[in-house]
Amino acid sequence: MSRRLHELGVTESIARIVLRHADMNGAERVLKVNVRLGELAGIVDHFVSFYWDLVTRDTIAQGAELNFIKVPAKAHCNSCGEEFRIREYDLTCPRCGELAGEIISGREFLVESIEIE
Amino acid sequence: MDVEVLEGVFDANERIARENESLFREKGVLAVNLMASPGAGKTSLISRTLELLGDRVRTGVIEGDIASSVDAEKIKAYGVPVVQINTGGACHLDAAMIRQALEHIDLQLLDLLIIENVGNLVCPAEFRLGEGLRVMILSVAEGHDKPLKYPLMFSESQVLVVNKIDLLGLGDFDPAELRSTIRRMNPEMRIFEVSCRTGEGLKDWADWLVRRVEEGRRKP
Repeated sequence: MSRRLHELGVTESIARIVLRHADMNGAERVLKVNVRLGELAGIVDHFVSFYWDLVTRDTIAQGAELNFIKVPAKAHCNSCGEEFRIREYDLTCPRCGELAGEIISGREFLVESIEIE
Repeated sequence: MDVEVLEGVFDANERIARENESLFREKGVLAVNLMASPGAGKTSLISRTLELLGDRVRTGVIEGDIASSVDAEKIKAYGVPVVQINTGGACHLDAAMIRQALEHIDLQLLDLLIIENVGNLVCPAEFRLGEGLRVMILSVAEGHDKPLKYPLMFSESQVLVVNKIDLLGLGDFDPAELRSTIRRMNPEMRIFEVSCRTGEGLKDWADWLVRRVEEGRRKP
């Protein structure tokens, strides 16, 4: 329940950003929206897509394709310098075994670009 | 035509959160964003903390709830300033709600502002309020596997208060397992084990909080 409600709010935020930029660029229609989404952002893209049609109804973004660019969770080891993929939220470095991982990607959640006409 | 946007979905909230943060810093107030699932003990922890802080710290409380003012009424009994925010259905507080609530609180008279977020382990983690400290509660009744189910909340919070430790042994909650999971995902996280019912462990938490307030205090 809370998760669904959660994605409704963020989908509205995406729509607000998209419509503002579409308007600033004199768009008549939005064809596609590219959203960059990190795997640590805690957002379920399936639910965002589900709400997208609802929140863009009767706007110039109605029918626009919502495309997610997934960003993997990665960390940099502050002990040995290794860059590694984070699995199960574990910041332990797989090379040196030190608990010294610092997240360098995976928290992204932004509207990257839109395609308009 | 392709148009570059590069705007974060939470940017609008982040901007207001930064304004709130500057205001807290300027007034020397430590703002605590207290998050947990419903029933974990947010209101109980605030009540017990107020009792333990006594006159040492001038505290105010913002109560966030989807509806009702039941919690605010409980806190008012302690004679501290309380502002109630009803989110009207929203599952989290946001920075704009806090800015509005601050119109009803004189920060000049406070050292500590405890903000009780809406009971939820998902949404509040994403909305900065301008707080100086993010504290979450996990109660023993909820199970030690929660960090992997709600990773954002556990990696974004700086303090974890494990509440209801008087219930340890009644279920399969394993504090060592919890600590080990937390250590791997958020090594800096400070953990307090308490029982708001028996009072166990609360003094350590309250004393630590007082030290944090003192570190941030700028007022004469």
